[in-house]
Amino acid sequence: MIRVENLTKRYGGFTAVDDISFEVRPGSVVGFLGPNGAGKSTAMRMMTGLTPPTSGRTTILGQPYRELHNPGRQVGVMLDASAQHPGRTGREVLRVAAVSIGVSKARVEEALALVGLTDEEAGRRVRNYSLGMRQRLGIAAALLGEPQVLVLDEPANGLDPQGIHWMRGLLRRFADGGGTVLLSSHLLHEVQIVADDLVMIGRGRIVAMGSKEELLSRGGTSVSSTDDARLVQLLQAADVPVSRTGSGLVVEAEPRVVGEIAARESVVLLELRSGGSEGLEEMFLGLTAATSREGDAA
Amino acid sequence: MSTPTDTTAPAVGGTPDGVRPHAPSALAGSPGVPFSRTFQAELRKMVDTRAGRWMVIVMAGAAAIILAAFLIWGPAEDASFRGLLELSTLPLAMLLPVLGIMAATAEWTQRTGLVTFTLEPRRGRVVLAKALAALALAAVVLVAAVAASALANVVGGTGEWDLTAAVGGGLVLALMIYVLQGVAFGLLFLNTPVAIVSVLVLPTLWSIATMAISSLQDAGKWLNLDAVTQPLFAGEMAGQDWAQLATASGVWVVLPLVVGTYRVLTREVK
Repeated sequence: MIRVENLTKRYGGFTAVDDISFEVRPGSVVGFLGPNGAGKSTAMRMMTGLTPPTSGRTTILGQPYRELHNPGRQVGVMLDASAQHPGRTGREVLRVAAVSIGVSKARVEEALALVGLTDEEAGRRVRNYSLGMRQRLGIAAALLGEPQVLVLDEPANGLDPQGIHWMRGLLRRFADGGGTVLLSSHLLHEVQIVADDLVMIGRGRIVAMGSKEELLSRGGTSVSSTDDARLVQLLQAADVPVSRTGSGLVVEAEPRVVGEIAARESVVLLELRSGGSEGLEEMFLGLTAATSREGDAA
Repeated sequence: MSTPTDTTAPAVGGTPDGVRPHAPSALAGSPGVPFSRTFQAELRKMVDTRAGRWMVIVMAGAAAIILAAFLIWGPAEDASFRGLLELSTLPLAMLLPVLGIMAATAEWTQRTGLVTFTLEPRRGRVVLAKALAALALAAVVLVAAVAASALANVVGGTGEWDLTAAVGGGLVLALMIYVLQGVAFGLLFLNTPVAIVSVLVLPTLWSIATMAISSLQDAGKWLNLDAVTQPLFAGEMAGQDWAQLATASGVWVVLPLVVGTYRVLTREVK
């Protein structure tokens, strides 16, 4: 389990991480979601002892990271898949880590198989790896010591849709075995596939957290019709808050309320559902608009 | 361990503590990993990349070529064991520091420190392992040079075994000082080209400065690493030579080693 308490990091006058607190419990895959520069990576570096916090503390399995015995056996960490020596082969990267962690060469082959890197690929130098292959190698390194906790920074970055679903299966099995996973992403649809619970962060602060379903239902009802403009007027007339998205409307009311209004006024609905990706997307943009870089320009 | 009552942090995911059958807990044991494994991993990292392997090959090749060339074209009467060994270690004195530099800087230039320092958060021990691994590798290379020189002596040399303990010991000590200097400069700059150029250029600049500026001449004798290792290589160390070796090593090896280690311990790994 991972515990973060009042964690803060300041660089001069700039606050990268601003008093965040949360706990990730075992058996879960938690997505750490936020726009670029929101403080995700800084927070993860503080969790793993690479960056000293300005104030606050983090523990993993009840201990500060730096006090863990053989951390590679307890916490699998991947903070940047690209941070590998290009002159080493994939297999050699894992063998060096295996020496340090104290696991066998057989475990290296197991880890390679686990992430689907073939024998030929493992013998190639990392220089010639695609980003997707580097991600798989990084995850193999994280899993090498058979840890109980995984801390992964942008693990799905560079993976194709198939790869993202593969990762979901891998992490889900890990969590079902009692493991704890915290992974970061700046892409909502990615984290929606892989994670079950979300911690959203914007400009160093937590803006929302909870289960995906919970956050989805908070996102309101997605609706589209043959005449959205008229539907907006009707909904506003009925005092139902509504906002436009790229593909339709998001309404802060039950689907039933929208359906009844549409039926009464004979508006042809094309789509009507609770939450959905647009709803969460809308919420993500809404929650982070005030805190993102784009928010500065607007 | 946390219970729902003492936690100030809101929890996400999984099952609440009370419901979970057995909460996972940290492995018992002292922090970090045993030093022998860190040392083994660092030693391996020095030779498992193309750059590292080529450094060793180039050193061996340069020594072999120099030996062969000397046997063919050199003055035959100088081709004793000692003469040949001094020749074959000449390229080592220049290239071994580069090996030390590469060991020290790779974690930062290739960003592998993100992995290394999460597997062993006690960075001081990683630094120590790197320094010892560089010395160990230098010792292996030196043994190879000794063997090659002996072979050359038998094949085409005078057959004279004239290496004294003072010269042999001096040679080993001098080379080890140069290796440590490389590690120290690598840690100080954490940047391979800057460290290599500094190791090669700064001592030369200092030599020129002490020669050109008369007020620096006295200080130069105490602080010129290349000058104070001359009697060491020659096996002619006297009382003041040791003192001068100590001061020069202090400035060119120990000082950058201390400052560099402090940098590594406190620097944010990104």
